[in-house]
Amino acid sequence: MSANLLAIFYLISGVLFILALRGLSSPETSRQGNLYGIIGMAIAISVTILSVGNFSTGFLYLILFLLMGGSIGAFIAFKIPMTAMPELVAGFHSLVGLAAVFVAISAFLNPSAFNLGDPGSIKVASLIEMSLGASIGAITFTGSIIAFLKLRGIMSGSPITFVGQHYLNLALGLVLVSLVFYLCKTQIDTWFWSIIVISFLVGVLLIIPIGGADMPVVISMLNSYSGWAAAGIGFTLENTALIITGALVGSSGAILSYIMCKGMNRSFFNVILGGWGATDQNSKSSSKEQKPVKSGNADDAAFLMKNASSVIIVPGYGMAVAQAQHALREMVDALKKNGVKVTYAIHPVAGRMPGHMNVLLAEANVPYDEVFELEEINNDFANCDVAYVIGANDVTNPVAKTDPQSPIYGMPILDVEKSKSVLFVKRSLSPGYAGIDNDLFYRDNTLMLFADAKKMTEDIIKSL
Amino acid sequence: MEIDPFIFRLSIFILSIFIGYYVVWSVTPSLHTPLMSVTNAISSVIIVGAIIAALSGDNEKIFEIANLYGYLAIILAAINIFGGFLVTQRMLAMYKKKKKREK
Repeated sequence: MSANLLAIFYLISGVLFILALRGLSSPETSRQGNLYGIIGMAIAISVTILSVGNFSTGFLYLILFLLMGGSIGAFIAFKIPMTAMPELVAGFHSLVGLAAVFVAISAFLNPSAFNLGDPGSIKVASLIEMSLGASIGAITFTGSIIAFLKLRGIMSGSPITFVGQHYLNLALGLVLVSLVFYLCKTQIDTWFWSIIVISFLVGVLLIIPIGGADMPVVISMLNSYSGWAAAGIGFTLENTALIITGALVGSSGAILSYIMCKGMNRSFFNVILGGWGATDQNSKSSSKEQKPVKSGNADDAAFLMKNASSVIIVPGYGMAVAQAQHALREMVDALKKNGVKVTYAIHPVAGRMPGHMNVLLAEANVPYDEVFELEEINNDFANCDVAYVIGANDVTNPVAKTDPQSPIYGMPILDVEKSKSVLFVKRSLSPGYAGIDNDLFYRDNTLMLFADAKKMTEDIIKSL
Repeated sequence: MEIDPFIFRLSIFILSIFIGYYVVWSVTPSLHTPLMSVTNAISSVIIVGAIIAALSGDNEKIFEIANLYGYLAIILAAINIFGGFLVTQRMLAMYKKKKKREK
């Protein structure tokens, strides 16, 4: 196959990948989009195999490994519960990162296979590109591993910080730049290996200071990194499919990070440089005397909702932890039978990754046209009888609008407090991830339901 | 004077960033999780590099160290490709519209 024909096929793959993302603009076209993505991938893989044209023993191993990896991937894809999507995506990012590192290593060891020159006299531009690919790939790998461990709960979600952390990162960054410089000058492989090792370290250091509540930003950011790593390798291999994909994925992750930061009214650097949890507990929240709280049981909640004409459900990470989405849908079905109008309100940073709540509700067969984003639904709270807050906390805290001292001041919130009554399902009065007390708990129109989200919802169904 | 092919690749890269920017902004927020899993799957097109790395070189010595890294990368990328596309498919199949009019 001629190089030109090959390049055209890679271009077609790239275009199909663009269409795959384009399909996601609405749920109806999304399945078609995914199909385009699969076709694009199949084309890229097939033409690459044909272009190498080596169908000896190595080819058999290639098929074997492809199927091996494929069946592991397929197995994971079918087995994974929807609540574990954030971990899964973090895990997958780490694999892309490591694959980029391996390809870069391979290109460094055997540059002639990629038309990059001979070992010891690799083109300088290629060296820069492959070091960039390897370095970003390595950062993505270890960073995603840490994110995975935090999301999985194997590692504590609280930020790990130490004195001089940012200076250390800065120093390591400078070391990386000078290593790339010396590698280009001398072509000594020690420098290449050092770049990879230091990048692994940087990946760990970048993610450990970021707290659990900031995970949506971290995941989006690592998504972006994995794209840039792919683009770096794409430049090395002079492959358009990889360059296009890398750019698409890189900008996609960057936009998601931006949306997540905006959802918390924080700058990107503020998130990167250390989480909310890092700030000491506000003394005023702990020293305040016990304020009166109205608490109720499932019967009270059922009574309130049955007699309401409209109910808005506000789900949060707690719903995912309790796996309460199915019970929730049953409760909504029961309410609808009573003629109650029910909608769902989703905050941009609800859950541990962008769109996390939407997937869980979709899994529980909630039609997506009953689920609304913050801007679409926020005005409806004023006209709604009951807001049912299940597993969300900080995203409903009115302090974000009233107290300029609060760490979440300025963050867009769901105006739950404007509804006639608020039902707040929570296990205790403890503050959320931001470590701040929620004013909403002490409002007159708030009824606290102290229980596990799933158990409470099931009890409400019983008494409906 | 001839233009370096690198400049062409750079142009493709920059233009693709802009395409990505506009395409991703048009993605509905409710599909952000599938967006992440599908971008994850397509970024595994890095497998083309792994295939070249694995199959290049002497036929007698298919497990040279450079080839080995290629094979390892094939496994990793394959997990991602199949896992990423299938889990996206599984998620997208769940998004349904209201079946019948209420009331």
